[in-house]
Amino acid sequence: MSEPASESSNSVVEVRNLAVGYDGREVLRDVSLSVAAGDVVAVLGANGSGKSTLIRTILGLVPLGRGEIDLFGVAQRRFRHWERIGYVPQRLGAGSGVPATVGEVVASGRLARRGVFRFPGPKDKAAVREALTAVGLLDRIGDPVTTLSGGQQQRTLIARALAGQPDLLVLDEPNAGVDAASQEAFAAALTRFAGAGGTILLVLHELGPLRPLIGRTVVVHDGRIAYEGAPPEPAGHHAEPGHEHVHPHADEAKPAICEWAPTEGTKAY
Amino acid sequence: MDLLTLPFMQRALVAALIIGLAAPALGIYLVQRRLSLIGDGIGHVALTGVGLGLLTGNDPVYSAVLVAAVGAVGVELIRERGRTSGDLALAMLFYGGIAGGVLLVGLSDNAGSNSLMQYLFGSLLTTSPGDLALIGGLGAAVLAAMLVFRPALFALCNDEEYARVSGLPVRTLNLLLAVTTAVTVTIAMRTVGLLLVSALMVVPVAAAQQVTRGFRSTMTLAMLIGVLAAGVGILLSAEANTAPGATIVLLALTAFVATAVGGALARRFRRGRERPPAATEPPDVVLHV
Repeated sequence: MSEPASESSNSVVEVRNLAVGYDGREVLRDVSLSVAAGDVVAVLGANGSGKSTLIRTILGLVPLGRGEIDLFGVAQRRFRHWERIGYVPQRLGAGSGVPATVGEVVASGRLARRGVFRFPGPKDKAAVREALTAVGLLDRIGDPVTTLSGGQQQRTLIARALAGQPDLLVLDEPNAGVDAASQEAFAAALTRFAGAGGTILLVLHELGPLRPLIGRTVVVHDGRIAYEGAPPEPAGHHAEPGHEHVHPHADEAKPAICEWAPTEGTKAY
Repeated sequence: MDLLTLPFMQRALVAALIIGLAAPALGIYLVQRRLSLIGDGIGHVALTGVGLGLLTGNDPVYSAVLVAAVGAVGVELIRERGRTSGDLALAMLFYGGIAGGVLLVGLSDNAGSNSLMQYLFGSLLTTSPGDLALIGGLGAAVLAAMLVFRPALFALCNDEEYARVSGLPVRTLNLLLAVTTAVTVTIAMRTVGLLLVSALMVVPVAAAQQVTRGFRSTMTLAMLIGVLAAGVGILLSAEANTAPGATIVLLALTAFVATAVGGALARRFRRGRERPPAATEPPDVVLHV
């Protein structure tokens, strides 16, 4: 909307020959990925496959090893319009004992658009209320976030991203350990966002109730893209809505394409 | 209170009120970030600055501000770089700071445990008119920065990665926090002393959050508790001839006990009256507070 370069090209995220390593260990090798405006792309993969690293590198949270990343047609290191990106982390930051209300957390989402030096105005307040309405939590605006359930906290983080009125939403395993009611509220909010022309890039452990929304899946295995195309068919009871998993993150990646489909043995409550 | 007619008492009181207001306004961000002890460490480093000032015959407040700011920026750079060796590096910096301070104070003409004690634990007698002007100016600057940048600093301390993806100047804000910590430590050393200054940043926040629901209300109440503890503490210590820093900190701790007990009672009372919360969802993610 404000970047003339992006008006000409349709590309929202462009990753070319990306390689990323931590402490000498290669996590991603030669990954290329293209997300166009209006796409809804799910990145799937086993724990340790590198799927989270991929989106964290796109966002600039993990330093780029080799390769190139363009955001809205601009090289990542020169990209300044971060208000166009709404990031939804896996969970509420470590936080602390200092209480914060749902409204205060969601208001952080306005900073990218408003800048550090300006005080919040009526427009910011309206955007916060609108975002909370979209995830069905407006009645909790004055409550401390710590009094919310895990699913409601996750919805708060979506609202924070939506409050900035981004063009691209990036979500990191948004439905990990989230109850069915929240998953639905969540899927509805994402569907509305995509319906309004928004672009979505999300890391998922399983497609679950978001499946109808996903246009394309990318399966990351062992640091490479092992599959890219239409969402795989649901298999077995894991694909049933409401089936929840919380997985430990120490799993070794196993040599198969669809290892991202969780197994009962790793379910951890 | 005819003590208040004494000019040095007036200066001590005004300085304490400024610090009582500014220290919790900064401290809330440090608590939110789980850096509650950082003020203590910077206080150790500032002591080297005091020693340098005494040795060279300059006002120790100026040299302490400088040395503490350099130390705080160093701490921030270590913290930013990684976690593995950071803990040890911080420990060395802090002990180096206090050892250097004790050594330099000992070398100076003002040697003697008396002058060292004044800086470590505060004193009513040491705030000169020049000090007061400096404390007022720097205190106002700290307070203004903490209030003006509250949304950005809140976002940063609440979720640094999110702040980064929002395009906030994360590094600049981190350095701002580091430098304002150093400044607050140094201006508070006259009244509460370097070893207790951290308490005035942290304890009012801990007290406030027992009874508040949001960040903004916690900040407001913490500043109120801080300014009350500082003001009453100075008056009490003058009347009872106790150490001002210790008196202020014990008052703040009393406020903490009061709000902790009051908050627990209020919650129990509320839980008893309200219908059990409509539990539609299991608590699948437990926040470790």
